[in-house]
Formats: sequence, C-alpha cells, structure tokens
Amino acid sequence: MNNTATPGKAKLVLHDVSFYYGDQPAVRQINLRIYANEILAIFGPAMSGKSTLLRILNRLSDLAEEGRLEGEVLLDGKNIHDPDVSVIQLRTRVGIVFAVPVPLPLSIQENVTYGPLLGRGRSKGELDELVERSLRAAALWDEVKDRLSESATALSGGQQQRLCLARVLALEPEVILLDEPCSGLDPISTLKVEKALLALKESHSIVIVPHNVQQASRIGDKAAFLLMGELVEYGVAEQIFTRPKDPRTDDYITGRFG
Amino acid sequence: MKIPRYTMQKIAFAIITTAAISVGIPLVLVIGYIVAQGIGALSWEFISAAPRNGMREGGIYPALVGTVWLTIGTAVTSIPLGVGAAIYLAEYAADNWFTRTIRLAIINLAGVPSVVYGLFGLGLFVIFLRFGMSILAGSLTLGIMTLPVIITTTEQALVAVPQSFRVVNASLGGTTWQGIRKVILPQALPGIMTGIILGLERAAGETAPILFTVAAFFLPRLPHSVFDQTMALPYHLFVISTQVPGMPIRIQYGTALVLMVFVLTMNLLATLIRRYYRRRRQW
Amino acid sequence: MEIPAVPKEVDWREFAVEQLIRLMGVSAIGLVLLIFLFLIKEGGPALLEVPLSNLMGQRWYPTFDIYGLAPLILGSLLVTAGAIAISLPLGVATAVFIGEIAPEWVREILKPVIEIIAGIPSVVVGFIGLQIVSPLVREFTGAPTGLTALTGVFLLAYMALPTIISIAEDALDAVPQSYRNAAYALSATEWQTIWRVVLPAARPGIITAVMLGVGRAIGETMTVMMVAGNAARMPLGLDALLRPVRTMTATIAAEMGEVARGSTHYHVLFVVGLALFIVTFAINLAAAMTIFRRERGGGGRFLA
Repeated sequence: MNNTATPGKAKLVLHDVSFYYGDQPAVRQINLRIYANEILAIFGPAMSGKSTLLRILNRLSDLAEEGRLEGEVLLDGKNIHDPDVSVIQLRTRVGIVFAVPVPLPLSIQENVTYGPLLGRGRSKGELDELVERSLRAAALWDEVKDRLSESATALSGGQQQRLCLARVLALEPEVILLDEPCSGLDPISTLKVEKALLALKESHSIVIVPHNVQQASRIGDKAAFLLMGELVEYGVAEQIFTRPKDPRTDDYITGRFG
Repeated sequence: MKIPRYTMQKIAFAIITTAAISVGIPLVLVIGYIVAQGIGALSWEFISAAPRNGMREGGIYPALVGTVWLTIGTAVTSIPLGVGAAIYLAEYAADNWFTRTIRLAIINLAGVPSVVYGLFGLGLFVIFLRFGMSILAGSLTLGIMTLPVIITTTEQALVAVPQSFRVVNASLGGTTWQGIRKVILPQALPGIMTGIILGLERAAGETAPILFTVAAFFLPRLPHSVFDQTMALPYHLFVISTQVPGMPIRIQYGTALVLMVFVLTMNLLATLIRRYYRRRRQW
Repeated sequence: MEIPAVPKEVDWREFAVEQLIRLMGVSAIGLVLLIFLFLIKEGGPALLEVPLSNLMGQRWYPTFDIYGLAPLILGSLLVTAGAIAISLPLGVATAVFIGEIAPEWVREILKPVIEIIAGIPSVVVGFIGLQIVSPLVREFTGAPTGLTALTGVFLLAYMALPTIISIAEDALDAVPQSYRNAAYALSATEWQTIWRVVLPAARPGIITAVMLGVGRAIGETMTVMMVAGNAARMPLGLDALLRPVRTMTATIAAEMGEVARGSTHYHVLFVVGLALFIVTFAINLAAAMTIFRRERGGGGRFLA
C-alpha cells in the first residue's frame, strides 16, 4: 500500500472550497488538510454541510442537480476536477459509506465484488481472497462466511453497514469517507465498526462524520467543527474536545445548542 | 325539505356502488356468453386446420399462426426501441424543454388512432419502402403503435427502483450504464415485462393497423417469410362476422373465443408476474 | 498502490451506449414527425385535386368524386359526444368507488377487471355489438335496424371507460389527504367531503380524463365500423342517434382496401387520416399540458 506519505504531506487538500445547491451555499470557503493514517472527524449540527463536504471529496457531489463547486480539491497534489482525472478512478481511490446502509439487491459476495468487477476481470481465486480480506477488515467475515451467496438484504442493519464498509474496502481505496455510519446501529455494532476503523487507519486516510460528539472524541485523531457551512475550528481532536479555541465549538460540545 | 346528510350519503354511495358494479357486469356477462357459445366450436380441427368452403367450415389455423407471427414481429420491433427510449428518459435525460418535447411526442404517439397507424404503415412500409403487404410491414406498424405503452411502463418500472442504488453504483466507481445493466435493469425487469406483455396484448388484438399493411382476407397456407401476407385472428373475426353471408354463428363465436383466450392469457401472465415479484421485492 | 484500472474501452463503450440510448429516446419525436410527413405526402395531392368547396360539402359519394367530409366529421362527433356523456359519469363514479369507498378486496378485483376491459380487442367488442347489443337496441327503440349511432355510442362508452377511470382515479389519489382530514374536522360526512372537497380539487385531472377519453373514442375504428351502420349521411335531427352513422375512422377502414393507389379517393382518405391525426394531436397536447402543469416531468404516467 502506498500510504507512506511523508509526515506533513497531506493526502487531501481542500483549498477555498464552496458548494452551492442552486444559489444556496451548503459549504463555504473550506480550507482543510487530510492526512494519511489518521481519522478526521467532521462534526457539527444537522444541515451544517458535513455530508456535502464528504461527497465533494469523491465527486459524488457531481450527481446533485444544479450543484456548483468553487475552489479546488487536491488528492496527492492533483486537482480531482482536472479534465484528465477519471471520476471513476477517483471514486475507487476515495470510497464512501453512507448513513443508511444500502446493500445492492444481490448476494453478499456480489456486493463485495461489485466495485472490483466493474473495472477489469479478475481470477476466481483473486476475488475470493479479496472478499475474505475485505469482510475480515470490516469485522463481518465470521458472521457471513457460510452464506456468502445469500441475499445481502437479509442481513441485520449492523451487518449491512459493515457489508457496505467491506464493499468499499474491496475497492482497495486510499481514503475512506464515512457519513454517520453508525447512526442506525446498536452499541455493539457501533463498537465493531469503530474497532474496524481504528485498525483500518493503519493503512488508510479516514474521514468520518460521526453521529455524535462522543464518537468523534472516541475515534478522531483530528477534528473539524462545521457550522452552517463554515469551518469554525480544526485541529487535534483531543485539543478540540477539551480546550476548544472558538466559543461556538465550546457551546456545541458542551451541549448548549444543536 | 332537506334530506338528512347521512341519508344523502347512503343514497350517493348506493348510486356510486351500482355504477361501479355496472362497469364490471357486462365484462363478466360477455366473457361468459362468448365461452358458452364458442366452446362448442372448439376442437383440435378448429385450431389446427385451415378454413374450408368459403370459410364456413374448417378451422382458423392460418389466422392463429399469423397472429403469433405478428405478435413476435411486434415484440422484435418495439421492445429494443421502447426499452431504450425509456432508459433514456428515466436514467439520462435532464428535466429540460427537449425532454419535455420527447414526452409530448410519446403522449401523442399513444393518442394516434390505430387506423391512422394503418395509413402510416401503408404509406411508409408498404409503398415507400416497398415491403408490400407483408408481415414485416404489419409488424413494424404494430411495433410503432405499441412503443408508447412499452416506453411508459418501462420508465415507471425504472423510476420505481430506489435512487440509492444509483448513488451506490456511482460511489463504487460504476458508470451510469454499468449501474443500469447490473442493478437497475434487473430490478426493474418484472415491471418491464408486465408493460411489454400488456403492450403486445393490445397489438395482438388490433385490426385497423393491419388492414392495409399485412392482413389477408383468405389465405389458407402459412406464410413462408416476413415478406408474405398472412391471415390474422382479429381480421379474420371481422371478416367472418361481417363479410361472409351464411357464416355459421358457432364458428364466429369460436373464433372470438380463441382471440379472447389469446389476449386474456397474456393479460393474466402480466398480472401474475406483477403479483409474484411485488411480493418478492426486497426494497 | 495499484488502482483497479478502468480500461479505456469502458469509456468509449459508455459513450457509444449513451449515444445509442439518447437516439432511441429522440426517435419518439422522429416518429411523430414521420407519421405527419407521410400523411401529408399521401394526403397532400387531394388538396390540390379536390376543390375545397367539394371537401366542405355535405355529401360523401366517392364514386362520383363527391368528397364532402361534413357527414363523417359530424358522425365522429356524434358518437364521441354520446359515448362521453355516458362514460364520464359512470367512469368518475367508478373512480370514486375505487379510490374513496370500496374496501381493499373489492379494489383488488375491480382494478384487473378494468385492465381486462382495456385489453378486449375492439373487433371482439364489435362482434358482441353485432350479436347482442344491436338486436337489443332495435327491440327497445323500434328502429328499423339495430346498426345505429346509438349502438356505437354504447360500445364506445364502454371502451372509453378504462381510460377515464384510471386517470380520474389518479387525479383523486393526488388530492392531499390533509384536505379530507380538514373536511372531516369540520364534521363533514364522507360524501360531503367527496362531493364538495375531493372532486372539485381533482377537477383538472378529471378534465384530462375526459379529454383522453374523447381521444380514445374518436380514434376507435373497428367497433363503430361494425355496429354503427356506416351510412354517410348528415347525422342531423332528433332521431340521428337511431339512424346509421359513418365515422371518419370507419370510412378509412372500410374504403382504403378497395381504392386504387394514387387515385383521388385514395388521397382523400389520407386527408381524413390527417384530420384525425391533427384532432387527436391537439387533444393529447392539451391533456398533456394540464398534466405537465400539475406534476413537472411526469407526463406519461397515465398512458399505460
């Protein structure tokens, strides 16, 4: 894995990024650096632009009708909107897991191999190995290894979410984006997902929108506080959650609003 | 005197219920009557023999075969184009004036009278393209007539597939077409099949579009190629019920019965597919 | 790390497929134009060969080169108007029954029944008309023949029903539940709610239903040709319904098979077709406009 980025060199750089739905700004003037082997937690109240920001990072925001982006996003120093960048390759390098797990109406195995098989043919052995590795990394292998050909929709909510994580891991991405991946999960499933993420950061950059401040402080190395589309504060997680510099951050994490 | 409002409601509901029931009753009566009158005419010979003695004896085999041929021809011409157009509208087209123009065109195609399709088929396929009166010309005419039904039902089936599948496909690096081929189309397939069958059902029963494009009054042999004319069940029923004096009533009802069975079987098939998959659907 | 490479060919294949599909979508416009074009091409010569005063006349005797379209147009209007007069109240009542009153299981029976009615071939309806309806009409009216405009009206009404019912039902369905709740909150009975709130709110949709029902009835061919008697006379006077009548569609269907290709008569029949095309085009355009105004982009929902 090519995640030996020199310390200090950012995997993803956002430079003055704004995004509008029609005339309505969703995020404004964001400047942010995302490093390898770290978990960045982006938190803030509802409708503050967190999900939009995540989707900008792998250009899923392109799908929004009447959406408009300003500023630039660099992946390994390369602007992801450059005409010679394939959006398809970009999305395999920057994978995303959504708040509501959406297993495709296929078998467990087919869900995991969906992404890899889009690109090029692979041998059966290669695929089986990839499926096992991805499911293990998502802490799901032991629960589903005997029923890989069964429908993915029959899994429980927590299993579905880990399947969606495994599906992204099968792309062998460099960056993993997670949009409130534990919002619908029970505490045990949440713990499993968080454990999986902590292991994954050894080899990936991870950006997570946690579903609450507690989760942000539990697993984040860095944290970014977003309020009404604006980046209020960004820094080392521990500092942000214990000694926030901005009073608005303080208000939010101590529960005075939101 | 003012009628008490709950009495008023009872009267109104009684009238409405009567109206609704009176819509269904003729259908039941008519089907029952056709079955009762026509069942006596049915025999292996009726299904498998050509008409004889000025069509007053024998069977309807060439007409039955002709209708099967025309239905297949309609399917071949209308399914690819119809499903393709529906995919365009559901998956690619932006909401702009151009797309609205296409939708208007489809709505208008659906409203063109079937006999005008017949004129069109005569002008374009029979005369201009020199196909002559042939299965080819008839199938193309019926195919175009069937397009709007297939497009509309297919689009509905595609739009009903959750948007989240499309987003997931894109997020995993899939192109629009890959998403359609691997996820959206398979999921929409039952709905598409239902629409296709309903469209073909209507084409199989049509008479006006084939009058000048393919249908033969009396042709006791089977077609050899798509450039041959053929008899067809609906036209045959028209002929024997209006154009042949002294036609035994039994044969007329028998022919009507076979045509109804042909069409209703397709209808039933469509309904069964829809019911079966609606129950099995996972989203 | 090695990224799962997207082979170059996916790009051009994607492009080719997308263009092909776009072409298929656009073909709908092309087909409408093509139909129009060929009707003009084959019908145009008639407009040169036959003086307008002849076409405007009140008699249709092609054998003597007399091509007055009025009896055919009035014939179509008569049976269509009669059919709608019956099927509109019946259809809306049935839609109200299905949408507002009927229990679930009745609905489950009635909906396929209506679909089946839509699927009965018009030649079978015509056959039933000949065998059953026309003798009844003769008996009850005392007319000399059962093959009358009235017979056509009854059968066309039945054939227009599925269209009217399904669109009217969609329109009722689209009335927000909150309207009904508001009416109930004011202690209206169910019927008062339907009559004073739901039906008025659904009026645009019901008007659409009528328009498309008209389109369906005016374009119907085989049934009217078989049962309406086919006499090309001006359907005027109080007893017009009890006399035979000839519609535009039946004229084309009955005569096209016997005319010489390229003759004046042949071209005039295309003119009749062109007139039908334009009338139904206008009706459908108007209906579509009202629908587009209600739900942007959903245009063809009702067509199936």
